[in-house]
Amino acid sequence: MKTRALAAGLWGLLAIILLSACGAPAETGEGVSDDSLITVGFSQVGAESDWRTSCTNSVMEAFSEENGFNLIFSDAQQKQENQIKAVRDFISQDVDYIIIDPITESGWDQSLKEASDAGIPVILVDRAVDADESLYTAAIGSDFELEGKKACAYLKAYLDKMSYKGEVNIVDIQGTIGASATIGRSKAFDDAAKKYGWNVLAQETGEFTQAKGQEVMESILKRHDNVNVVYCENDNEAFGVRDAIESAGKKVGNNIEKGEIILLSFDTTRAGLTETLNGTILVNTECNPLYGERLASMVKTLEEGGTLEKHTYIDEDQYSANELVKSVTVDGKTYPVTILTQEILDERPY
Amino acid sequence: MKKLSFSLSLNRELILPVFCLLTVLLINLVKTPDFFDISLTNGAYYGFIIDIINRGSELAIISVGMTLAVSVSGGVDISVGAVAALSAAVITNILSGGEAAVNELHAPILLAIGAGLFSALLCGIWNGFLVARLKIQPMVATLILYTAGRGIAQLICGGQITYVRVNAYRILGTNFGNNPLPTPIYISIAVMIITGLFLKFTSFGLYAKTVGINSEAAKLAGLNPGTIKFIAYIVCAMLAGLAGAIYSSRIYSCDANNIGLNVEVDAILAVILGGNQLSGGKFSIAGSVIGAYTIQALTTSLYAFGMPSAHMPVCKALVIAASISLQSPVVKRLLNKHGKKYFKTVFKTVFKEAAGV
Repeated sequence: MKTRALAAGLWGLLAIILLSACGAPAETGEGVSDDSLITVGFSQVGAESDWRTSCTNSVMEAFSEENGFNLIFSDAQQKQENQIKAVRDFISQDVDYIIIDPITESGWDQSLKEASDAGIPVILVDRAVDADESLYTAAIGSDFELEGKKACAYLKAYLDKMSYKGEVNIVDIQGTIGASATIGRSKAFDDAAKKYGWNVLAQETGEFTQAKGQEVMESILKRHDNVNVVYCENDNEAFGVRDAIESAGKKVGNNIEKGEIILLSFDTTRAGLTETLNGTILVNTECNPLYGERLASMVKTLEEGGTLEKHTYIDEDQYSANELVKSVTVDGKTYPVTILTQEILDERPY
Repeated sequence: MKKLSFSLSLNRELILPVFCLLTVLLINLVKTPDFFDISLTNGAYYGFIIDIINRGSELAIISVGMTLAVSVSGGVDISVGAVAALSAAVITNILSGGEAAVNELHAPILLAIGAGLFSALLCGIWNGFLVARLKIQPMVATLILYTAGRGIAQLICGGQITYVRVNAYRILGTNFGNNPLPTPIYISIAVMIITGLFLKFTSFGLYAKTVGINSEAAKLAGLNPGTIKFIAYIVCAMLAGLAGAIYSSRIYSCDANNIGLNVEVDAILAVILGGNQLSGGKFSIAGSVIGAYTIQALTTSLYAFGMPSAHMPVCKALVIAASISLQSPVVKRLLNKHGKKYFKTVFKTVFKEAAGV
């Protein structure tokens, strides 16, 4: 009897936990109500990081009712089946536009075809899909290779300004193998190392996590005594790399002549920028989640009968607390570098 | 006399796991000559060997618990990684007072770690209850926390990485005071000693083996198989919780998505590499611990070789496949049959060659 009561209690507890943890895919908005508003269905990946949350907030702000939109938001909680269901729902609600932040690259042909048959334009945001290009109207995302090129160009410009003539012994702590961010940023790194004659000591994955970044860097430092630049493909890895360098009895900093090790990083999370502000990370290249404004203007263009370029990229900034380099030039185009201050950091939404 | 034969048979069981570990280490002697160098940097020992013992601590601790769970139930506890993440989430969020990032503590560290272990205890009770009382297959029973545990951890962290940037909290994952060895090494040794003493001075080890070999017979012999299983699953979860505390202290934060990710697979592998049967029954804690350090030695060695990231899983898989097939009953039988003669000839030739030179 006792056991049974305990069993019931525990199952009940589990049910409550599961319900509160998963819940039903959240949807806001009441479907198509006001004819004067443009109805947009937005299927988001989930809320797995503060980066993603900022992306959601930015879209919600841009597609507000004051701006003339009726946004139907659907959170897929990182499951593609939820996302496919959301797209079907959007089609049956006869929305004017569909925006998808695809969780996976594959498996989109059927849903995209249904939307295209229903005559609803689809805009893909952030991540790519491997479906036929004719099935969607436009795609916008981050140019990871450009991010990498900007970081490398910054390093080159910085070393030139320092008039550093010594050897650049550089290490690349890659992201998760196969991720598009890793592919783009690593390619830019490889090209730059070849072009500028940098001595690449090691190129290994830190799987975008602090723990792996630290473990890999510990090992690299034992093999190579002369590392003076580390190219970390995201902020979390940079934290791990910093700890590994310090426990090896070396110093992280911007003064390469004095034997300090320079860190480059990506993503500009709040924690990452804090480390950029105090000089630990020399330059942090942004991966911008604020798609809202761009998406709203894309939808407005379509609404006015205009056409969109198939693949476009979102503008991304670069932050450093060091004032030596004010801008970088990549492929003949000049990009400004923002000199980071506490005010800029406080104002950022993520 | 009885004691002697016992220790001899124990040693024979450990020969193969030790052989695998030594092989991995010896390859390094050829490929990376300074692999065994240990130096003193900033008052702390520094070297690849230290890395292996240090980084292998969490896996070794979890493997101890996993061995007990496997032994009594003939099934595996696949929730250990999620339990580690959950414990880490509880600890960091108590320390941070629920904030995403803090620079000072909001609660005593011991209290927070106690709470983390308590949450692991609850997980253990839940798993033990499902396995021992409701008699659900262990893998299915622990599947619940395997999926839900990380979700709960995410919920506690509010979907963010919780940072506790306080040096006092880093002690568990780095060095304490002026001690030259990293703390995780001491913790794992303490866990092994306590478990060893517990198994030596209580009859729990014998009971666990009995229940694992034949639960019904154990019952007829007057044991309560349910209680034994219950205890084993609680110990397993608590040790996972302890490992979670070390994981999070190393990065002074809780990354609920990644803490202890896939560690259950490595722990099961460690148990197998240690010469234990997944069908339960007889077990060797020492074997599993050696298995755990073998896995870590492999990872550290591959880093030391400078192996490109993309090739690493393949290499790891090859070595593990070789080690496991070496311990399969068929190969063992063949080794027993022909091994002695073969090894004798090999040794003879080697000695002759050496003498000739």
